[in-house]
Amino acid sequence: MGNAPAQKREFVVKSRLLEPDDVRRALVRISHEIVERNKGTDDLVIVGIRTRGAPLADRIAASIADFEGADVPSGALDVTLYRDDVALRGPRNLEATTVPADLDGRNVVLVDDVLYTGRTIRAAFDAVLDLGRPRAIRLAVLVDRGHRELPIRADHVGKNLPTAASEIVKVHLQEIDGEDAVLIGEYRP
Amino acid sequence: MMKHLLSMDQLSSADIVTILDTAESLRSVTDRPIKKLPTLRGRTVCNLFYEASTRTRISFELAAKRLSADVINFSADSKSSVAKGESFKDTAWTLEAMGVDAIIVRHGSSGAPHQLSQWVKASVLNAGDGQHEHPTQALLDLYSMREHFKDLEGLKVAIVGDVLHSRVARSNVKGLVTMGADVILIGPPTLIPPQAATWGARIGYDLDEVLEEIDVCYLLRVQKERQSEQLFPSLREYAALWGLDSRRLARMKPEVLVMHPGPMNRGVEIGADVSESPRSIILDQVANGLAVRMSLLYLMLGGRSEDGEVFE
Amino acid sequence: MSRYLLRGGRVIDPASGVDERRDLLIEEGVVASTGATLDEAGAEVIDVAGAVVAPGLVDLHTHVREPGREDEETIASASAAAAAGGYTAICTMPNTDPIADSAAIVEKVWALGREAGLVEVVAAGALSKGQRGEKMADIGEMVRSVARVRLFTDDGHGVQNSLFARRVMEYLVTFDAIYAEHCEDEALAAGGMMHEGERSMALGMRGIPSEAEELMAARDIALAKLTGCRLHLLHISTAGTAEIVRRARAEGVRVTAEATPHHFSLTDAELESYDPNAKVNPPLRTEEDRAAIVGALADGTIDAIATDHAPHALEEKDVEFQYAPPGMVGLETSLALTLTELVHPGHISLTRAIELLSVGPSRILGLPQGGPLTSGDPAHVVVFDPDGEWTVDPARLRSLCKNTPFVGRKLRGRVLHTFFAGRLTVRDGVVLAGELV
Ligand SMILES: [Zn+2]
Repeated sequence: MGNAPAQKREFVVKSRLLEPDDVRRALVRISHEIVERNKGTDDLVIVGIRTRGAPLADRIAASIADFEGADVPSGALDVTLYRDDVALRGPRNLEATTVPADLDGRNVVLVDDVLYTGRTIRAAFDAVLDLGRPRAIRLAVLVDRGHRELPIRADHVGKNLPTAASEIVKVHLQEIDGEDAVLIGEYRP
Repeated sequence: MMKHLLSMDQLSSADIVTILDTAESLRSVTDRPIKKLPTLRGRTVCNLFYEASTRTRISFELAAKRLSADVINFSADSKSSVAKGESFKDTAWTLEAMGVDAIIVRHGSSGAPHQLSQWVKASVLNAGDGQHEHPTQALLDLYSMREHFKDLEGLKVAIVGDVLHSRVARSNVKGLVTMGADVILIGPPTLIPPQAATWGARIGYDLDEVLEEIDVCYLLRVQKERQSEQLFPSLREYAALWGLDSRRLARMKPEVLVMHPGPMNRGVEIGADVSESPRSIILDQVANGLAVRMSLLYLMLGGRSEDGEVFE
Repeated sequence: MSRYLLRGGRVIDPASGVDERRDLLIEEGVVASTGATLDEAGAEVIDVAGAVVAPGLVDLHTHVREPGREDEETIASASAAAAAGGYTAICTMPNTDPIADSAAIVEKVWALGREAGLVEVVAAGALSKGQRGEKMADIGEMVRSVARVRLFTDDGHGVQNSLFARRVMEYLVTFDAIYAEHCEDEALAAGGMMHEGERSMALGMRGIPSEAEELMAARDIALAKLTGCRLHLLHISTAGTAEIVRRARAEGVRVTAEATPHHFSLTDAELESYDPNAKVNPPLRTEEDRAAIVGALADGTIDAIATDHAPHALEEKDVEFQYAPPGMVGLETSLALTLTELVHPGHISLTRAIELLSVGPSRILGLPQGGPLTSGDPAHVVVFDPDGEWTVDPARLRSLCKNTPFVGRKLRGRVLHTFFAGRLTVRDGVVLAGELV
């Protein structure tokens, strides 16, 4: 079927910007901001955008449970089918969308690892709106690296990282990559 | 990703797993209130049906619409279109000129989708050609079996009936053998020529002999219009020897699955009570067809990336 | 009429047992003389060093479409294609529209052949009226007509009724004419589109079993023994048929057989692309059958290579496989395929190739085409470069139809010149139609 894996380009790390403790502290701060902004945990739903937004959402929910003592539902959203660049990039394997219960009237916090062009977030808006009618959608990201192509702004940011367009920002998470870190580097062709 | 889907021969077991996994992800969409996805917005899919089959056409049409593709339906009786009017090739070129991205073709002549794929730039999806193949049926059948048995490897599947004239049987045998299942073809030699053994399936003439060992009993439709060809003495005798009735069902494993590609001849290849028993997943097959067809349309039309690159 | 001196060619003339470098002087329609080095004596000298000079080829099995479908092939266009292929005689099959089952039609075919003037056009007559296998065609009238028909066939169909086959054979003995059979038991072959076997099963196409051919071949041989009629089996395609013929000949039955270039070159693997141009009847068989046909061509079981040249318009072939009519054109590729598939790989000698393409078929039809090429014999001559490479290009075929699966194939063996009764019909590969009229 010609679905051979793409030739792996080598990723060359230029520097490590966030270490495990930085990631942890950023998530705790975001968790506090979310609760503050929401004036408590009522109607709050944390939804991570696959792939790396999903474990981040779970961690934020756990963190909130920690300091608020309240269970906040969290889930994961695969936005692949909503992307505007499906035709340009080729199909990827789909992952499950596991959004808790009903989104109608809830305050949905979308979580992603890196905010870049904003196109993933736009796709996520459509995906969420097809699942229900939330009262509000807010956005939390671990890293904002700039270069927006759409008028989208994060409500909660772990770290603002000015980057060159040629650079690649990679977030590593324990659950997927075996470590927590934010790396900056380039692909060597 | 493949450009055309013409035959199950094209698919490796990894390909089949990708298609079924994607279908599984898409299956959940059909359970939510808003059943539409924007994925194939701006793409045009044509259902080119030279054989009447409302079921398959509707399934493809719905699959394409769920993914927001525009759908054109073009139906023609293959015989009349040869006698008069536009040739198959002219029709293909007309569709090409209209800029369709995919042609889903059902045709009474074996190999017609293969020929079509050589004439057009659009993707061609075989929705059943003559007595050759019906790959989407096989994929939805594999999907349905996998829902019940996690692993298809080593699964014992009996395919019973008119293998000779059945495109469903050809595609299913190929798919099942690729997935490592143990396939037994059951029926009289008028319906199962010895060459079928080269597909990697076993051949048996006696259904009763295999009842206890099989996990899936896949019944093929008896094509009554073939009665004149003297393939067996009578429908009554066929039903007695190869029909699945409740007496035979009772002898099978409790978790056995009864499958049929439809439409059924109740009282011939399948007893009415068997088709309605909890062991029958015939209606699941229909529902799963939608998800599998969405999966294929997404995988084939979702992108034109030549190197199979995925998103970062 | 011109005089030509063919200088320095390798003359292969099986009828006189010659295979040596010698010159050939053609004059007044006949071979005037042959010898190691002939004097020019005012003749046009054609240097044919390195080429083979052989008796003109004879095709036992050509479908022209005149009368009836002149858009597909006229007798003139078939004659041009034949000359280009090195032929000096073709035997036209009677399944035209109307069917050649009466003196009027065969005389018309014969006359049109004369008019074209490029090859001898020998009309075959139908065995039965309308080729329906029920009533005898006007056999005696066709034999006695100016067309002097000597080969009768219902080609396209086998004669299904054994009693009818027997009666016709008996009747043909009157004229010592040939009963030629397209061996196919139609009940067994019904609906078949390709050879029945693993591949037809996998491709989902109704098959034609080998037995459909072999049963009729065996029946006809039994009837030929019974009646004493001369029997010719058209386009035999299976290992079984070859064996049946081999045994019958050992027993002394008067049976001859032909095989086509496509049956010794191709197998049913060709069908995997569903190319309607590979659809023929009898169908392309298995590799085992193909090899058996090659063996039977080599050991003398088969007497002739015949093209079964069957032109079909593009719109007829460019359809779904199931709806495409069987047949492919063959006059312009048969010599090259024989050389490429049989001679160059060493299955048969060049001499045997000329026997199969010229001497054998010419004997069956009783024509002078097959040699010998000695003094005073009619000058039906082909000159070919046995190693000349060329690629089959539909645009360059003279046949009005281009339906051949060999398009794009590189072949070894090229016709340089053809002489029909001493007249140059092809020079340097170019058909000289205009000069003849
Ligand atoms: Zn024939």
